[in-house]
Amino acid sequence: MADRVGIEVSVALSDAVKQANVDVIAAYPITPQTHIVEHLAELVANGELDAAYIPVESEHSAMSACLGSAATGARTFTATAGQGLELMHEVLYVASSMRLPVVMAVANRALSSPLSVWGDHSDVMAVRDTGWIQIFTENGQEVVDHVFCAFRIAEDNKVLLPVMIHLDGFNLSHVIEPITFPAQSKVDKFLPPNKYPLPLHPDKPVTMGDFAPPIIYTEAKWAQEVNLRASKEIIIKCWQEFANIFGRQYSPVESYHSEKAKVLLLTMGSFSETAMTAIDKMRGEGKDVGLVRLRLWRPFPFDELRRAVENAETLIVLDRALSFGGPGGPVCSEVKAALYGQAKKPKVVSFVAGIGGRDISPSDFEEIINKGIAISEKGSPNEFEIYGVRE
Amino acid sequence: MQNYGVYVPRLVTKKEPFAPGHRACIGCGEALAVRLACKALGQNVIIANATGCMEIVSSPLPTTSWKVPWIHTLFENTAAVASGIESGLKIMMKKGRIARQDIKVVAMAGDGGTSDIGLQALSGAMERGHNFTYICFDNEAYMNTGIQRSSSTPYGAATTTSPAGKVSIGQVSWKKNMPAIAAAHNIPYVATACPSYPFDLMDKVEKAANTPGPAYVHILSVCPTGWRCPTDLAVKLGRLAVETGIFPLYEVEDGKYKLNFDFPGLKPVTAYMKLQGRFRHLSEDILEKIQKRVAADYAELKERAIEG
Repeated sequence: MADRVGIEVSVALSDAVKQANVDVIAAYPITPQTHIVEHLAELVANGELDAAYIPVESEHSAMSACLGSAATGARTFTATAGQGLELMHEVLYVASSMRLPVVMAVANRALSSPLSVWGDHSDVMAVRDTGWIQIFTENGQEVVDHVFCAFRIAEDNKVLLPVMIHLDGFNLSHVIEPITFPAQSKVDKFLPPNKYPLPLHPDKPVTMGDFAPPIIYTEAKWAQEVNLRASKEIIIKCWQEFANIFGRQYSPVESYHSEKAKVLLLTMGSFSETAMTAIDKMRGEGKDVGLVRLRLWRPFPFDELRRAVENAETLIVLDRALSFGGPGGPVCSEVKAALYGQAKKPKVVSFVAGIGGRDISPSDFEEIINKGIAISEKGSPNEFEIYGVRE
Repeated sequence: MQNYGVYVPRLVTKKEPFAPGHRACIGCGEALAVRLACKALGQNVIIANATGCMEIVSSPLPTTSWKVPWIHTLFENTAAVASGIESGLKIMMKKGRIARQDIKVVAMAGDGGTSDIGLQALSGAMERGHNFTYICFDNEAYMNTGIQRSSSTPYGAATTTSPAGKVSIGQVSWKKNMPAIAAAHNIPYVATACPSYPFDLMDKVEKAANTPGPAYVHILSVCPTGWRCPTDLAVKLGRLAVETGIFPLYEVEDGKYKLNFDFPGLKPVTAYMKLQGRFRHLSEDILEKIQKRVAADYAELKERAIEG
């Protein structure tokens, strides 16, 4: 399977899950789903994937079944999007707090109301603080690659945290892309079998999920925070080893002509590739612009981000979600927080665009960048702007 | 058999998978029920426990009362967690990742976690046919959080969210029939039990655990704290609940009803209700209404049992 094939990204993701030899899949098909769970069901039904497929009655139960499965030491996968992710909300905290290495693909979508099944990052931002490792992908190949990386990171006994693979709904989940599948032998080499250290088993009884009185809750949460922060080094190491075997390198913060650029645009997810087209055009016209892509959303890569933007004068952050009544886009407010104490930092301009499936074309990116430069030159920008809104 | 009553208790294991020293209230019928159920389940078991009294009293960090593998995650999702455990074990045994072994998967929850907030997850897990046992420990209200009414609270009972007042008799709805809802899923085994009948309870839990597919056991657990009664009455009230026909003990095996204890004449419901503060405000009219309803329900159950 080492050849490049044209394949729908959701289907490719499922094939990668098969290559990862997953044990249990629990998923609910609606609110809204993708072809990921359909194709996985097909693989199981045809005997191509030896896994238990639990067709649960809601996303809340999907994630709950994943908790039970992961606690037995089974390699566990689920997928969801939009409303489904929100219905899982309280269960997400339990997965990370109990250190259960579930892997979940999230085809990022808008939230009701009004009903919108189209893509944006509202669902992700609402689960930002659930303690999961969260990684954004830009194209189908990255999605496939991150299935292997996600299981390896999650199940690493120094990590033992659940991982979300974010792929933009429709713009990525439903498009056909050229993808190279790795040889199974290489996958097996990269991804060893799951060895959960203390699984639920009568041979060695464990109590999982106690309640914590005030005397111990703070320490439990502190331990969780230390653990999530420390996972960054292991994530970076995993990406390095992935590069050694498969030849594709990933980093927490990735750059595109950004090293010496005065003006930087920061994006997450599949729109980064569209932004590159705009950056190329503008650079061709002699404009000093570059792109920074935030791949690792949690744990937040503070040092890497600071280094990536320290030489710029203006940083334009594009959010695909709104923090209502707040400081603008959630990503921008985090970027601002990361830069606040820095002696040398760019002016930060916040734009919200591409919500509820509205497209952002290369010419839109050009306009966003030009507007951002203008706002930045006017002085210290505090407000945010919803790009292209008809007021 | 002569001396049967003396001989049988000696057959019960002395092992206590649910260890003493937990923080249940004095006279708790539910802790007794859990203890008996665990004796029946033995060591080869994994328990998923919902949030509730038994979870809170048994697992304050860093201590535990559980000598068997036990997991608590949330309130409403216990059946779903159990289905994940069952599926995980099954596939890993199939793939040779763990040794083949008969491990019982058991979900435990209170009446609120079962008949209210956990009903959807339970229905889903029963419908999917997972090989697991679900035990509902029914103390007829949300006792852990301060005696709030659930859909399993009996008609006329005063709780903190169905208080008796000048214009209210307390709980105005009749107790939700959870065993019937479970049986409506066409699962192979449904039973009701009460720790006042310990051997019957242990038999049923063991039978449920050994039934392939989903099994549901509904255990009435007297709560002196919430029922407003003396702390030495848990066993007596459990017996009276059965003897008055308020909580009949029966099984539904492959759809066939079997009444385990039948009484030629049921005791009046007042024999049970007058001992509890939660019913003390009820007028004779209401008590009469309850008596009629209990008699009718019992007759209907008996008819079903005769039909088989």
